[in-house]
Amino acid sequence: MTDTGLVAITALLAVPASTALLLVLLPGYWFGARLNVGAALLSLLAAVTLFWARPEPNLYLRVDDFNIYLVVLNNLVSFTTSVFSASYIAHELETGRLTPKDMRFYHAMYQVLLFAMNLALLANNIGLLWVAIELATLITVLMVGIYRTHAALEAAWKYFILGSLGIALALFGTILVYLAAQPTMGEGLPAMAWDRLLVHAGTFDPALLNLAFVFLLLGYGTKAGLVPLHAWLPDAHAEGPTPISAVLSGLLLNVALYAVLRFKMLMSANPAALAPGPLMVTMGLASLLFAGLMLYRRGDIKRLFAYSSIEHMGIITFAFGMGGPLANFAGLLHMTLHSLTKSAIFFAVGHISQVKGTQRISTIRGLTATHPTLGWGLVGGVIAIAGMPPFGVFMSEFLVVSSTFARYPLLALPLAVGLLLAFGTLLWRLHGVAFGKPDGGPAAPVQASILPMMAHLALVFMAGIWLPPPLVAWFKNVAVLLG
Amino acid sequence: MHGLAFDIAHLLAGGMVVVSFLMLYQDRVYALLNVFAVHALVLALAVGWQAYIQGAHHLYVTAGIALVFKAIIIPTALHRMVQRLDIHRTLEVVGGVGLDMLAGTALVALAILVMLPVTAAADALAREDLAFALAVVLLGLLLMVTRHNAISLVVGFMSLENGLVLAAAGARGMPLAVEISVAFSVLIALIVIGVFLFRIRERFDSVDMQALDAFREERRQ
Repeated sequence: MTDTGLVAITALLAVPASTALLLVLLPGYWFGARLNVGAALLSLLAAVTLFWARPEPNLYLRVDDFNIYLVVLNNLVSFTTSVFSASYIAHELETGRLTPKDMRFYHAMYQVLLFAMNLALLANNIGLLWVAIELATLITVLMVGIYRTHAALEAAWKYFILGSLGIALALFGTILVYLAAQPTMGEGLPAMAWDRLLVHAGTFDPALLNLAFVFLLLGYGTKAGLVPLHAWLPDAHAEGPTPISAVLSGLLLNVALYAVLRFKMLMSANPAALAPGPLMVTMGLASLLFAGLMLYRRGDIKRLFAYSSIEHMGIITFAFGMGGPLANFAGLLHMTLHSLTKSAIFFAVGHISQVKGTQRISTIRGLTATHPTLGWGLVGGVIAIAGMPPFGVFMSEFLVVSSTFARYPLLALPLAVGLLLAFGTLLWRLHGVAFGKPDGGPAAPVQASILPMMAHLALVFMAGIWLPPPLVAWFKNVAVLLG
Repeated sequence: MHGLAFDIAHLLAGGMVVVSFLMLYQDRVYALLNVFAVHALVLALAVGWQAYIQGAHHLYVTAGIALVFKAIIIPTALHRMVQRLDIHRTLEVVGGVGLDMLAGTALVALAILVMLPVTAAADALAREDLAFALAVVLLGLLLMVTRHNAISLVVGFMSLENGLVLAAAGARGMPLAVEISVAFSVLIALIVIGVFLFRIRERFDSVDMQALDAFREERRQ
């Protein structure tokens, strides 16, 4: 069985990498878009195969209970996004915002990004993890700047500077972890393999480990968009192509947070080291409250949802910072549901900004009357992300709040305030956009691919009503693992 | 610890901190680029010395990359770019040079106060190296925050990366994968930055970051 696993794990990395090469070589938009979708589907199949056949971990790669579900989620959303991207990008080509040459570049980069994220999730070597996240950062910088407008360049530049700083801090942290491991584990590769580090973590010098974790939390936290290191995130989301906003919010933030969690597990394995919880709780709460306040004054629809991503990353970080089986369970569930919901919203927003020709909220009105499918899709997505029942996000948020209330009632107060703030603002904003008076003018028809959005919303809806028992058992397992 | 080997390593790592300080008060673009070349040169020597005393031959590669790529190619390329694009040759320092130097001194003290107690168990060489490396990283950050000009932002970032390479070299037996990736990242970083500089020039006729800053969502109509 391990052979199948080996094939699957190789495919997860080789398919995107080779497709990227192919996409660079082959011209033609039509073919490129289809190849992009096909390759993403193939990676998804490979990811699902890992459930049945798990390869033996080696010094570089590893599949375990924790990362397997993120790998599947990653490839699922990449696949649906590639379907959405095919129709979105076709429209950009028609309107001349992008040239066929940009297109080739875009599709190749999309696959490289998929490769980098898969590598980051599967990496067992903390150096490799860092390299993969750096690669993902550089790729997204290029993608954000692809429109080459004034604003897009500013966004890409800001993202580049802040992202590189984060990456640099994370590397310093990685070096410190290696230094902490070296006395007990000897020199060379094994002292960077995560599973071996975990076994020996108890013997590491706690002071060195503490310092390393601070650097890693700041470094990867920048990539996860945690306040006060979030400044790049709204710009990058607003100015890049919408499929990239969907991937950024839905996947890359998760990958960065995943890296933080890996190191958090190392910290908790060493009893003398600083407890990582309070740090993460503080950053999480700060993100939640700050984003909740910032949501109020947004005028750009993509920026609005970018701030909502900061808010949700805050909730997830808070949940993992609290720790314990219940909060971890809620965190994992929220991570999954946020990915699905936020990418669905960006699918809707992408098409909406295309039909309306603007991203300004004040000029987008009465969508449910002019474009019923898109409008109602957005309504569904926003209701879900705001945390209203019967969608799954309600359940995970409820779990976070109730588990906090049971243990630290005082912390539940700011948490609830932040959630309510975001909830109110999002619904208030939604009202005008979806049900306001349409501003007249003929409604431009749009060739939208509705399927990806609907599929995601259906999944989130289902999660709110009924979670399959195997999934629950799985999450419980991982929650215990996370400590 | 063999006295001389340690002293030389110490001297070179300390030299990097001094050169970082030199960068802090440059007010001309060319001078800044020259000082950066010296910074990379000292880095190459420091890493080469580490390779020699640790007997770690792969570190010579890292030293070579630092010498050829960072000390020669990048400064030359940036020189040319400044010439061709006719960028303002003078640099503005946000808080004034005096304040900058004071802040720099405080950061070095911070680096030493943080690193030395934490690494008490590690061997003396790695400790000193790491403390200096953190100081260089922090000074690079300071350089980035206190300038508006895109070129000095880039130079600040690269000097910060030099600090990281110094730290990686000081960690005994750190696998090569990481060093290559650091060098690689600088390469890509330069390409990206180069592309950006050209495009920025195309759009705004200036590489002044304040011109970019003026453009914010709130001020868009």
